[in-house]
Amino acid sequence: MDAETNKYSIIVPTYNERLNIALIVYLIFKHLRDVDFEIIVVDDGSPDGTQEIVKQLQKLYGEDRILLRPRAKKLGLGTAYIHGLKHASGNFVVIMDADLSHHPKYLPSFIKKQLETGASIVTGTRYVTGGGVHGWNLMRKLTSRGANVLAQTLLWPGVSDLTGSFRLYKKSVLEDVISSCVSKGYVFQMEMIVRASRKGYHIEEVPITFVDRVFGSSKLGGSEIVEYLKGLIYLMVTT
Amino acid sequence: MKHVLKLLSLLVVISALWIGLLQASIIPQSHTWLLPIYFIVSLGCYGLLMVGVGLMRFPTCPQEALLLQQDIAEAKDFLKQKGVDVGSD
Repeated sequence: MDAETNKYSIIVPTYNERLNIALIVYLIFKHLRDVDFEIIVVDDGSPDGTQEIVKQLQKLYGEDRILLRPRAKKLGLGTAYIHGLKHASGNFVVIMDADLSHHPKYLPSFIKKQLETGASIVTGTRYVTGGGVHGWNLMRKLTSRGANVLAQTLLWPGVSDLTGSFRLYKKSVLEDVISSCVSKGYVFQMEMIVRASRKGYHIEEVPITFVDRVFGSSKLGGSEIVEYLKGLIYLMVTT
Repeated sequence: MKHVLKLLSLLVVISALWIGLLQASIIPQSHTWLLPIYFIVSLGCYGLLMVGVGLMRFPTCPQEALLLQQDIAEAKDFLKQKGVDVGSD
């Protein structure tokens, strides 16, 4: 594949990210200077005016570089990707979060890794040297590590970071994998990478750092743990 | 093959080995009966060890928070100049 003719469609689902979306667009343009890319913002009817900001960004950067493809209301991450995919004109698709926990400065390393290895998927991992997390207390780290060990033992997934959602896919591969995934939330991210692994797609990892900016929001109550375990069993049985 | 089936066949192979050991009596019967317990306990200990080691070696990046703040400031400056509203959060 000729490096010069690759185009990267970056899908960013948003909900109430009026400030972050501007920051992330700036940073993407800063770090991908010589790359052919487009940013597809899938906004789920944010009441805070996120779409207005995107329109201002379109005036600044061009409507061919920033595509606004909104939906009427919050409809979930999986369908946001599918929706974004329909408008993607690149042969590669990047998915990333809008809240700056995924920093665009890693985009060149994703692209480089893919070009070097010809991988179908490059996934960011927080759990290897060179990567890392900031903003997690001990309990959070313990839960994350415990969850990871359990998932590795039960699923043999072939990647070190299962719940990460900063990934580069060949467009055809994403279309194939996403059509067979039915879960919601972070189990959806796990399902994507496990199904891709089972289908034999070549998956590579790059270290990324993750700065958790949602301080104090404990996303790990008892019900989250139960959801996670149910997700693991579901993946064991259906993949 | 579904992953759970892979795990179950592994379990079947291990069980067959265990039954074989029971019948062949290479190791005294009393010991052989306890092997599954040893296996499960070892697995549990290994798991706990992995969690502990992973926790100790958990990569953190405090400097990234600082770098991010700098990036945000830079981005806000640029965008404000260009007329993009970077007011509220």
